[in-house]
Amino acid sequence: MKIIVCIKQVPATQNVQIDPKTGSLMRWAATTKMNPFDLVALEAALQLKDKTNAEVTVITMGPNAAKAVLTEALSMGADKGFLISDRAFAGADVLATSHTLSYAIETLKIDYDLLLCGQQTTDGDTAQVGPSIAALLNLPHISYVRKLTSNPNTFTVECIINDDRIIAEIKKPCLLTIDKDFAQARYPSYWKLNETMNTPIQIISLADLKNPDTINHIGQAGSPTSVLKIYPPVHEVISKKLSGKSKDIVSELVDYLKDEHLIERSHHE
Amino acid sequence: MSRIVVHHEACTLCEVCLKACPFNAMELLNGKIEINSNCKVCSICVKQCPEKCISKEEDELFQVDRSLYKGIMVIGEMRQDELHPVTFELLGKAKELATKVKAPVYCLITGEHLLDAAQLCLSYGADVVYVLDHRELKFYRSDIYAKIISDRINQIKPSVVLVGATPSGRSLAPRLAALLKTGLTADCTQLDILDNTDLIQRRPAFGGNIMADIMTTRHRPQMASVRYKVFNPIEEIKNPVGMIKRLSIQADELLSGINLLEIHHEAVSESITEAKRIIVAGVGVSDPEGLKLVHQLADQLQASVAYTRPLVERGLASYTHQIGLSGRTVQPELLITCGVSGAVQFISGMEHSEHIIAINKDPKADIMNVAHVAVVGDVYEILPQWIEALKKGSFHV
Repeated sequence: MKIIVCIKQVPATQNVQIDPKTGSLMRWAATTKMNPFDLVALEAALQLKDKTNAEVTVITMGPNAAKAVLTEALSMGADKGFLISDRAFAGADVLATSHTLSYAIETLKIDYDLLLCGQQTTDGDTAQVGPSIAALLNLPHISYVRKLTSNPNTFTVECIINDDRIIAEIKKPCLLTIDKDFAQARYPSYWKLNETMNTPIQIISLADLKNPDTINHIGQAGSPTSVLKIYPPVHEVISKKLSGKSKDIVSELVDYLKDEHLIERSHHE
Repeated sequence: MSRIVVHHEACTLCEVCLKACPFNAMELLNGKIEINSNCKVCSICVKQCPEKCISKEEDELFQVDRSLYKGIMVIGEMRQDELHPVTFELLGKAKELATKVKAPVYCLITGEHLLDAAQLCLSYGADVVYVLDHRELKFYRSDIYAKIISDRINQIKPSVVLVGATPSGRSLAPRLAALLKTGLTADCTQLDILDNTDLIQRRPAFGGNIMADIMTTRHRPQMASVRYKVFNPIEEIKNPVGMIKRLSIQADELLSGINLLEIHHEAVSESITEAKRIIVAGVGVSDPEGLKLVHQLADQLQASVAYTRPLVERGLASYTHQIGLSGRTVQPELLITCGVSGAVQFISGMEHSEHIIAINKDPKADIMNVAHVAVVGDVYEILPQWIEALKKGSFHV
């Protein structure tokens, strides 16, 4: 069995700062890590590898520095890593990213049974790229997968959608996005790390993508959405400020809950 | 559309742009400054470059004819034979947008036995309800739902398509957008429309304390997803005058790669989305004592307990109990945050709550800006006294 896992490097911190005077972004992505949801997707692939001897390939789209997440994946047990990187891919939104990844997957010429993505990323939170890739590659997909077993021509999966627990069979090849509750991701192995430290990461650039449609569908030009402006959030709430002695604060809080009819004194008291 | 270009002949490799770029999108490769795929075309490098050798260039790009597309379409969602309430909320917003540009409101619903649901869509603001009714469509399956619905959207040609960002909506919407080759903005917290039908889609961006207005100006339809409990439905219209149109489905459209074996309707965990009262534990109360106090207060007020992302990432709770963009959006009558600083992704998940009380040591914490009652103080001092006062006063909720 062959599995491809799509992973992403994300900023290690959630807090972006914006300069209130100039409105520009202050330094953001100083430290990075593998998207935690992708760690779980990779774990799902590695569990299948443990059981069925599957070959696990990890791919990521990003700058040169994103090689770090591929190396991390190799040290956890993935077999091969590919970095999809070209300045022509810059400025991509969800659709352009999905196009780039799907062209790259075609370019790899891997006869895969399964494409795996994390449920979402912690930097974009959109959860869109996985299903988009599935649509572009014409694969069925299921999201929020929390259990997964492989059969000869299908996978049996369990997922939770809208508080329904669903057990479904999905034909190979397919794409699954993995719920964070699937499993705890394993730690990189020290031995593996030593072994894989010098494993070359192959780079896939624009020139490698064979699809003739490529150029119209990647980067900024292939992105239907664009950011009109960014700004710090504005909140318009008339608020009451309480500070000072805890005792006084508490009596004000109790009064507030009473005034707003959120609590009432029991009648039988 | 624009992109950033470095004019290498004038570049002195001073690396000012490398340091200025907030996205690590500039790299020094083979003796040249190159722009990588992290670039968001924010133009900070253009402004900062002392040699003026970086510019923003505009490309001539494909532009759709906007006049060929008309109407605001809501993709309704069925849940256990009933419409998911997010459908009514989206219809409310669709009505508002449609009135501004004098266009009709469409609703498209997919499932089985949909007559009652279609009537309800009319009562909540739809002018035309398109119905895809078939036994094989009773439950959501990504491949056939997306293909069938995108084909119908291509025929109807609405200028805007709104989808609820529910679990199945989050699976369907990106698949639809990819098939329609158009833009989709996830989890919008506000929507507005220009006279030329360009939709302004507001959402928190770049994972942090920033809002972005996003547009899809060159493509149609413009797609946006919106969380449950962000917008409000209109009042139910008695005797609505809209139309219901049943759409035909060909047998070969129903061949799916997915076979549903078992469906268990079960509340997997007590849902915080439906909770009327919520106490939120943040980093400031993440030790065992703090969490115990939060639970005691929740017991007194018959509230549910929810968590911020850092606590969930540390494994202190399941992310089904996480509030924020990567968790749930809530709109309870009472929400009390304890030791929560208020990242934008958190605030967008709770800011529509009716009564917000925030307790934090830091008067400058962002959460204080959305709280109706902003309490500056020590949670470990205030909570025990508050719990005691509620007990002593024999208050009930």
